[in-house]
Amino acid sequence: MKTIQKIGLLIFAFGLLLFTLLPFFGTYQLEKGTVEANVKEIHSEKMVEVLSPMFGKTYSSNFAFISDFKSYFNAYNDCLKANQEWDKVIWDNYAFALTKASSTGPVSENPFLFLGITVLIGVFGALLYILPLYRGQTEGIKNDGIFFSSMKSKGLLGMITGSWLILFYIVLYWFPEYITNLVLMVDPISVALSGNPASQWFLYGFIYTLAIIVMGIRMFRKYRGNAYQTIRTTSVMFFQLAFAFLLPEILVLMNMPWHDFKNIWPLDYSFFYEYRIDGMISSGALGMFMLIWGIILIVIGVPLFTYFYGKRWYCSWVCGCGGLAETLGDPYRQLSDKTVKAWKIERYLIHGVLGFAVISTALTIINYFSGFAILGQATDQLHSIYGFAIGSAFAGVIGTGFYPLMGNRVWCRFGCPLAAYLGLVQRFKSRFRITTNGGQCISCGNCSTYCEMGIDVRWYAQRGQNIVRSSCVGCGVCSAVCPRGVLKLENGDEEGRINEMPIIIGNNSITVKA
Amino acid sequence: MSKANRNIVIIGNGISGVTCARHIRKKDESAQITIISGETDHFFSRTALMYIYMGHMKYEHTKPYEDWFWEKNRINLKRAWVEKIDFEEKALIFSNKESMTYDVLVLATGSKPNKFGWPGQDLKGVQGMYSYQDLELMESNTKDISRAVIVGGGLIGIEMAEMLNSRKIPVTFLVREKNFWDNILPLEESKMINRHILEHHIDLRLETELGEIIGDASGKVKAITTKKGEKIDCQFVGLTVGVSPNIEFLRTKPLESSGNNKTLQTKRGIIVDRFFKTNIPDVYAIGDCAEFQEAPAADRKNIEQVWYTGRMHGETLAFNLTSDNPVPYQPGVWFNSAKFLDIEYQTYGFVPPVWSEEYESLYWEDDGGKIAIRFLYGKSDMKIKGVNAFGWRLRHDYFDKAISDGWMFEKVLTHLNKSSFNPEFFKSHHKAVLDHYNKQKGKSLKVHKMSFIQKLIGSKA
Ligand SMILES: Cc1cc2nc3c(=O)[nH]c(=O)nc-3n(C[C@H](O)[C@H](O)[C@H](O)COP(=O)(O)OP(=O)(O)OC[C@H]3O[C@@H](n4cnc5c(N)ncnc54)[C@H](O)[C@@H]3O)c2cc1C
Ligand code: SF4
Ligand code: SF4
Repeated sequence: MKTIQKIGLLIFAFGLLLFTLLPFFGTYQLEKGTVEANVKEIHSEKMVEVLSPMFGKTYSSNFAFISDFKSYFNAYNDCLKANQEWDKVIWDNYAFALTKASSTGPVSENPFLFLGITVLIGVFGALLYILPLYRGQTEGIKNDGIFFSSMKSKGLLGMITGSWLILFYIVLYWFPEYITNLVLMVDPISVALSGNPASQWFLYGFIYTLAIIVMGIRMFRKYRGNAYQTIRTTSVMFFQLAFAFLLPEILVLMNMPWHDFKNIWPLDYSFFYEYRIDGMISSGALGMFMLIWGIILIVIGVPLFTYFYGKRWYCSWVCGCGGLAETLGDPYRQLSDKTVKAWKIERYLIHGVLGFAVISTALTIINYFSGFAILGQATDQLHSIYGFAIGSAFAGVIGTGFYPLMGNRVWCRFGCPLAAYLGLVQRFKSRFRITTNGGQCISCGNCSTYCEMGIDVRWYAQRGQNIVRSSCVGCGVCSAVCPRGVLKLENGDEEGRINEMPIIIGNNSITVKA
Repeated sequence: MSKANRNIVIIGNGISGVTCARHIRKKDESAQITIISGETDHFFSRTALMYIYMGHMKYEHTKPYEDWFWEKNRINLKRAWVEKIDFEEKALIFSNKESMTYDVLVLATGSKPNKFGWPGQDLKGVQGMYSYQDLELMESNTKDISRAVIVGGGLIGIEMAEMLNSRKIPVTFLVREKNFWDNILPLEESKMINRHILEHHIDLRLETELGEIIGDASGKVKAITTKKGEKIDCQFVGLTVGVSPNIEFLRTKPLESSGNNKTLQTKRGIIVDRFFKTNIPDVYAIGDCAEFQEAPAADRKNIEQVWYTGRMHGETLAFNLTSDNPVPYQPGVWFNSAKFLDIEYQTYGFVPPVWSEEYESLYWEDDGGKIAIRFLYGKSDMKIKGVNAFGWRLRHDYFDKAISDGWMFEKVLTHLNKSSFNPEFFKSHHKAVLDHYNKQKGKSLKVHKMSFIQKLIGSKA
């Protein structure tokens, strides 16, 4: 490693460390005005009363602040609950908003400074490391030393990284009030884009997008000379930056609902939820377009594009989850489980989630059109179960947190209901396949090892069979790493696509079927 | 031919033995099948050994079948070294003196690296590269060394150089020939690979032969000399001057006790006919260790030492062992492939290093000097005979057909975009090749065009 790269890694580590420690700094002070400004009007009076003991007090840590807040707030609610005065209970969660608003530390005063010395310097360090990668070496994928690497083959560094990610997601989803300092850093950016202060989701989107861009640049270095990889990576970088990050914020600036035009139900599981539908319907022509576009994607876009190009058009070219997996997750692709057992579990899980998504959405729609006569608010409960178990725990904590432990496509492979839908089309009605080049396979195993979806590509290749699998996201890496030029992702006639009992070319004595 | 409950024993769990066992099981439910190997418990891909050393994969990734596969298919695996075979009693004797009987014996014992009696060839730090044990040895032999020397410019030689290179160990690569692998590759191709080797900072020494290997007091290699008299300090020497059939243990004299024991007929390998039969009934040999009485085809050698042929031998023998109408081994159009550091190589059909008057060739090389293609075709009949491709993947089925059916070379040339197997979006060079040909021959052939829609939906038309 070159000195400059080592310096880069040190700088990155410094930025990351500061980012991790930042939530523990700063002071917090709650005022009456803060409460009034941050809670709903109907709660204003009560909240001021409940929290009044905190007013004017200076807390030296967010832990102390949140702990006090929770004890006063919960005491109030618990009392009502005990008396069964359900209608008076405050169900809204104000912890995040009030903690954020009460922060008086240096971060709220100098958001850019702190953004600079945490995130931006991290990006800078990462680029210092990434840009010189493979310089002075010939073009071609170099997987040297991957299985000696602690980071990339489940060593200590991998475990630490995984644990950090898991922790980050847990805090982000369920305890965002503890990371208000981090959110404060990106407040000015959020205000500039959408006119609103940042939520934890804005922070997440911001970091997510940066991760895809920085690690996308790494992809350019790593897969130099491979046009398919380069173009595909550019595509996910573009869709993340433009469609998932910038455009939705600009919509909000224009008083439109936050909307990601490339996200498709059932990955976008809340698409048919009441608040989303109402939001779209009440937003004029553009809102109607959102609704119709979303439905067109589901009923025409997915089957049509998947028929012509396979599910890759979405999973490894457009999707945000796929985008992160293909960039940030690329160093971990070799960790996916290739066993037949894992494949079995995969099929149960992913189709299970698809079933869950379809049923809960169907109930939601029926309920919506019946004017909530049938199920009342019960669908809300269903939504919160789905949101918790699938949307947060599976997609986030496990999906990304487990990159360094189970590979970069855990969510896409085992959980994503849209991937399941795309996969069904790809498996049964598509022109896409990975063609095996006659008898050239030497069973080396590079393809299977580097398949992020855990497909045992070699099993097909060595018997001369085309790979037609619902889970294949068409990342093209199996083809890229094959040392014998055996694999080609292509779209072609449906006839002969699935060759169950292929004849391997080259032996004229007999025509054995593999 | 197939008898119920036969006890079929295969020595060697490489591609040939394993393929044979798998295909026997497909057609014969009742046979008892045992595969014996002293090397590893399970079948792994020998061709992938280098990737373990380079950290691309672990050993477990090189196993083409999961471990449950064998039990599910009722193929018994036995880890042991066979020391002797008693052909009279139909029994194997293992190195631990245990024994095992068989009804049908398949010898698939592979190869071992050549050693040509160089002084110092048995010093510590000097080794070949064939087996899993060789890999382990190489791992320990190359710890903390400052230079390695590879002797022999073939496929395993360049792989070994690449392996060491991946660990940043400086390599000197001695090649006896004028150019790398020029007993197989035509001059231009050889020279291209020469350049590529140098580009990887591998110290390539052409026309240089090993003189002797010099050891230190502890019996470890410390230097080599070349025949030109140059001394090169090194702590590791890789001997990669070809392989030969691994049949030493079969050459032993008949067992004393059983007086009239038969001997297996061998030359360099185990002599077999086109049905893989040896001179002893119920004993067959396949893969690297078999030597055909007569070469199986005009452009084939008597000993076939590649992965693909091992597989075909196994398939064919399995067919013969489970069929009443045995067929002779009849390989189709030759094909092979390799990867020279970053440059992939594929070949189909007949492309010798030099050719006679009857043939003509077209060679095109990209300006960058890393992509090249060569066609050999008949001068008078203009039919395509073979193709070499570098940095350019070609469709096996297409060229298999083109060559065996004797397609016109110019037709193949104008349809090169169809026969390319390169990944999508790769720069295509078929026009450049055709222009090159047109210029040389003063012709004006045109590329077979695809419509925009065909391109958009990827139709092969
Ligand atoms: C480093 C390397 C790279 C290669 N790369 C390529 C390539 O890219 N393409 C290609 O086409 N070919 C390649 N080859 C050649 C190819 O691997 C061989 O041709 C092929 O593996 C031979 O298969 P086989 O089944 O005949 O024998 P083997 O694979 O050698 O199997 C024989 C087995 O029998 C065992 N055995 C032998 N004697 C005994 C005994 N007495 N008792 C017990 N067990 C015994 C051996 O230990 C061994 O496990 C490569 C070879 C090497 C070494
Ligand atoms: S990487 Fe290529 S040669 Fe190796 S097993 Fe896969 S398809 Fe076969
Ligand atoms: S099979 Fe190949 S293209 Fe498909 S997901 Fe696996 S590595 Fe990617």
